[in-house]
Amino acid sequence: MEVIDKRVVIGKRVAQELKDGDYVNLGIGLPTEVANHIPEGVRVFFQSENGIMGAGPAPTEGAEDENLINAGGGFITAIKGASYFDTCLSFAIIRGGHIDLTVLGALQADQCGKLANWMIPGKMIPGMGGAMDLVTGSRKVIVAMEHCDRRGNSKILDNCSLPLTAKNKVNLIVTERAVIEVTSDGLLLKEVAKGYTVEDVISCTDAKLIISENISYF
Amino acid sequence: MVKIISAKEAASLIKSGESIMFGGFLAVGSAETIIEELKELGTSDLEMIVIATDYEDKGVGILVSNKQVSSIKTSHIGTNKATQNQMNNNEIKVDLIPQGTLLEQIRSAGAGLGGVLTPTGLGTVVAEGKQVIEVDGKEFLLEKPISADFALIRAKKADKYGNLVYDKTARNSNPIMATAAKITIAEVDEIVEAGEIPAEDVVTPGVFVDYLVLKK
Repeated sequence: MEVIDKRVVIGKRVAQELKDGDYVNLGIGLPTEVANHIPEGVRVFFQSENGIMGAGPAPTEGAEDENLINAGGGFITAIKGASYFDTCLSFAIIRGGHIDLTVLGALQADQCGKLANWMIPGKMIPGMGGAMDLVTGSRKVIVAMEHCDRRGNSKILDNCSLPLTAKNKVNLIVTERAVIEVTSDGLLLKEVAKGYTVEDVISCTDAKLIISENISYF
Repeated sequence: MVKIISAKEAASLIKSGESIMFGGFLAVGSAETIIEELKELGTSDLEMIVIATDYEDKGVGILVSNKQVSSIKTSHIGTNKATQNQMNNNEIKVDLIPQGTLLEQIRSAGAGLGGVLTPTGLGTVVAEGKQVIEVDGKEFLLEKPISADFALIRAKKADKYGNLVYDKTARNSNPIMATAAKITIAEVDEIVEAGEIPAEDVVTPGVFVDYLVLKK
């Protein structure tokens, strides 16, 4: 599957988790795809941690406002009813439990709901930005990522080996192959993407999976 | 009482080795005229406090590229290769701090508090060497205040008493940093008479602002 197709599959499936009225923060990269697939009849407010609630789509060419960007540095618009605030208040919204759902990309996620997404020692050290606060404070955390890395290694592990973003905070993992819930008993495989079987998912996942009795396909 | 000075005069107030918190995020809401003057002056060995080190050729990243910075407290350096390279070569000391924590550390300095208790970073490398304090059965990290010699901030408009308003997401860290340095310098697009900014609309009261610089 092409990378772009994987993004669409993941974005569409995560979007099904949006509830009408939710306040949502989408991380940089893959999670932004979710905004393209909001279910009909569902109205959500997107927060960007640099200081806006009610972020709208990218402006048309030539209509960019140099003072209106999202946390990834891209130009955005503001919806009617949006609000601006400083970044300290923005993180009070995040850390204080006022964000219903945050969707983040990850390098690794594990069976205890830990996730690693901000550095690979010796290779890549961009910094955590707002990720640690988002994962710690949001009411629900979804990891949206490709199932395996570029070398084909599982990104879903028994234990994360990279430096952690947070402990025990992830609720749901959505990949282009599966939907996996983090439960107190471990990782519960609930859904499998069309074109894959339960066995396919098990064989490409390092972490131990509990298989739901009612597997559905997405 | 606030004084109106040039960008060059503002940059000249800062000496090598001093600490500066820079408002702005990815070069939006940055005091770019003063940053340019600092580059011209070549003031070195600066201690930088900023949300992100922007880009090599834009925002505070200009000062990093020009090797005028010796240490940085920030949450993100992923958009600036100069920061990453200088960190890997041990030319610059970088403390990576979760963004919300960094802002609260700055806020607490400005508000006269002894720090903040946050759950962010528990169970990660961020917690290493830090005191964990239990409050009502929940664990928190003690994060201490961060202040600086100077805050260089950016606003849309000031009145002659230094009251400030901002523009959209260019507000970001500016109102917080305005409170937490010995001297706060605000670069603004426009300076108006007292009363022209309705008191109800003021975001940063002039009490926090020492100098105003009109953006070029």
